[in-house]
Amino acid sequence: MTDPVLSIRNLKIALPEGADRDFAVNDITYDLYAGEILCIVGESGSGKSMSANAAMGLLPDLVRPVGGEILFEGTDLLKLSETEMMDLRGKKIAMIFQEPMSALNPLMRVEDQIAEVFEAHGLLTPKERAARAIELLTEVGIPDPEKAARAYPFQLSGGQRQRVMIAMALALEPRMLIADEPTTALDVTTQAQILELIRNLQEKHGMAVMFITHDFGVVAEIADRVAVMQYGKIVEAGTADEVLDNPQHEYTQKLIAAIPKLAAEASEGMAGKTPILEVEGLNKTYVTGGGLLFSKPRIVHAVNDVNLTLCEGETLGIVGESGSGKSSVGRCLVRLMQPDSGTVKLAGHDMAQLSGEALREARKSIQMIFQDPYASLNPRSKVGRIIAEGPMAHGVSKQEAYARAVKLLELVDLDALAIDRYPHEFSGGQRQRIGIARALALEPRVIIADEAVSALDVSIQAQVLDLLAELKERLNLALIFITHDLRVAAQICDRIAVMQKGKVVEMGPAHAIFNNPQSDYTRTLIEAIPGREKELAAAG
Amino acid sequence: MMADFWKRFSRNRGAVIGLAILVFVILVALLAPLIFPQSPWRMVQRPFLAPFAMDQYPLGTDALGRDVISGLAYGAQVSLLVGLVSTVAALLIGIPIGALAGYFGGWVDDALMRFTEFFQTVPSFALAIVLVAIFQPSIESIIAAIAIVSWPPVARLVRGEVLSLRSREYVEAAILSGQTSLTIILRQVLPNTISPIIVLASLMVATAILLESSLSFLGLGDPNLMSWGYMIGAARTVIRQAWWLSFFPGVAILLTVLALNLIGEG
Repeated sequence: MTDPVLSIRNLKIALPEGADRDFAVNDITYDLYAGEILCIVGESGSGKSMSANAAMGLLPDLVRPVGGEILFEGTDLLKLSETEMMDLRGKKIAMIFQEPMSALNPLMRVEDQIAEVFEAHGLLTPKERAARAIELLTEVGIPDPEKAARAYPFQLSGGQRQRVMIAMALALEPRMLIADEPTTALDVTTQAQILELIRNLQEKHGMAVMFITHDFGVVAEIADRVAVMQYGKIVEAGTADEVLDNPQHEYTQKLIAAIPKLAAEASEGMAGKTPILEVEGLNKTYVTGGGLLFSKPRIVHAVNDVNLTLCEGETLGIVGESGSGKSSVGRCLVRLMQPDSGTVKLAGHDMAQLSGEALREARKSIQMIFQDPYASLNPRSKVGRIIAEGPMAHGVSKQEAYARAVKLLELVDLDALAIDRYPHEFSGGQRQRIGIARALALEPRVIIADEAVSALDVSIQAQVLDLLAELKERLNLALIFITHDLRVAAQICDRIAVMQKGKVVEMGPAHAIFNNPQSDYTRTLIEAIPGREKELAAAG
Repeated sequence: MMADFWKRFSRNRGAVIGLAILVFVILVALLAPLIFPQSPWRMVQRPFLAPFAMDQYPLGTDALGRDVISGLAYGAQVSLLVGLVSTVAALLIGIPIGALAGYFGGWVDDALMRFTEFFQTVPSFALAIVLVAIFQPSIESIIAAIAIVSWPPVARLVRGEVLSLRSREYVEAAILSGQTSLTIILRQVLPNTISPIIVLASLMVATAILLESSLSFLGLGDPNLMSWGYMIGAARTVIRQAWWLSFFPGVAILLTVLALNLIGEG
């Protein structure tokens, strides 16, 4: 093989004092060759982005490399001056980021932003720059590139913005592209398109691509070689097939085992069980803008005539991409949002019509688990208080409420001592357990979990999903599980409703949805799941 | 949590200096009756005694032969008292109004905010003069007037904070768990608005001291209490003969206000 484009040798990066470990990355060594995609995989805090940031000279102030070298075509990047680095960045090494909205300047037209890359390196005339911008936009497959070039970032969709970012990165035909979680913020269908684009461009230009991700599905889709990181060390490296099919290290095995499998099991029919929640003709529209001058108000049907039934002890998944209205449905059910019309019958009572005291009473039996484990717990309340507040609001004495809080904490596998601690002392997964305990405190019959595991790392996600399944069984709960992640839905749901643009396009038992999808949209969604083909190949 | 706060606070050198000055002023105010057992209104020496002329009266005497340093010490009492009490009163008006407006939104918000704007459109110093003049100058009426003109910014601040906190998931969780609006505002929302309120309050104390001084300077102070503003006001006619009479109270006001601002920023 030829010489590597990038060669990292025994790199050590120190963290500031007081961090949870001494080194962000500790003694890592890897090579990146031209024409290959190397995936660096790890959970949050594993140091997976650090070596790439060091190569770009983008480390935070207090974090500095203390040993080893980063050789790019033979020169050690750590020894270059800031001016030399500036010349290299963009021209030889380019980078794309996770959040395309914040990485683009919101007040600049797309073509100007691309032209700026040339300007920074003093290349081409303004006219040539504009022409090249259009060429690049065409290359990354943006529909109507002339129009897109004149657009501002906010006028483009997330996927289009990421394409613009890629166009900027490609502008100077770099030898190496660093992609730091470039598809994490995107919907699954867009993600599939972007991955394909990166793959194609990489082949066409013969670039070396360093792809940083937490998602093994993405790895299976795109990687030639894989390096798995844990606590700042590379625990396993090899070709994609070796690592995915035959992981050697215990941690890799654990991570791969934690990925929810796509195959949904056939569950026993729900016939004969009593429905606990019946939703009929639910509607919710948002009206934005309008009123001033002649602008037309923008009307969005967030929830458009949705009908659902949920039986006792059943898990119903609501899946859809962002903007499909899946969260709005959940919020309408618990009346955090007022539906425009429709009935929500919870054990016979219409939730949509109640108000005041009656609503307070009815809400006891329908509770919610929220997405963000950091925002959903009051930072100034102790955990015991957070859990006990609900029962106390319904007239349970303080002692009894706290005693119940202790039991609930044990139920979700947390230490009883946790009641005297503040939320910031817990990790994301533990906080989500506290959120679950709080939802259970009122002894509800229905729980709505809105993207409850999306913010968690895959191994912790698996634990929380297991916990939910177990609790559901033990307490005979009905669960509505709102998620964008079809893998998660496949694992936990009995039935699934697929939503698109406010409508339920398909609903049925989970295994039927996955094995024999009826609507085109469901089919596209399922085909876009990263790593699916590999899994199918392994199964067949 | 407290230790954490200290660590951050002490890193800001300005804030520590401010705190030192403020502690000194508070000590002087508290100990004034011990250090200067005589009333600050009493004539003790010949008028216009220059500072440092006699060891017993280091800052000299005023037009009636009263001791300036004793006046400063007693003035500190009045300034701090007015500053603190009127700020507390302003917070008591502003926080509930802001919290209700931010939490309930809709017409409640509209009504309360228009009411707030009504006070904001009137120049605050002019309004304070009118109020004190109507109610007769006394320490109570001064405090009330200052509180009435200084609560609108509090209401605005609290409303903004509550508006953003209201859509947090833990507030929604509290709504779902059946807590009443009052419990949610008191337990979930307000505790999280405390830090900006404390910062604003420390700056308000400074503004209140300035307002009180200005009122006293115009002769609208409490006639029975020696205050810094009164001392400057009384000395303005003789500023050419006796500069120290307006200079030292002025420095006292400057230092105290500066100290409070430094603390507020820290």
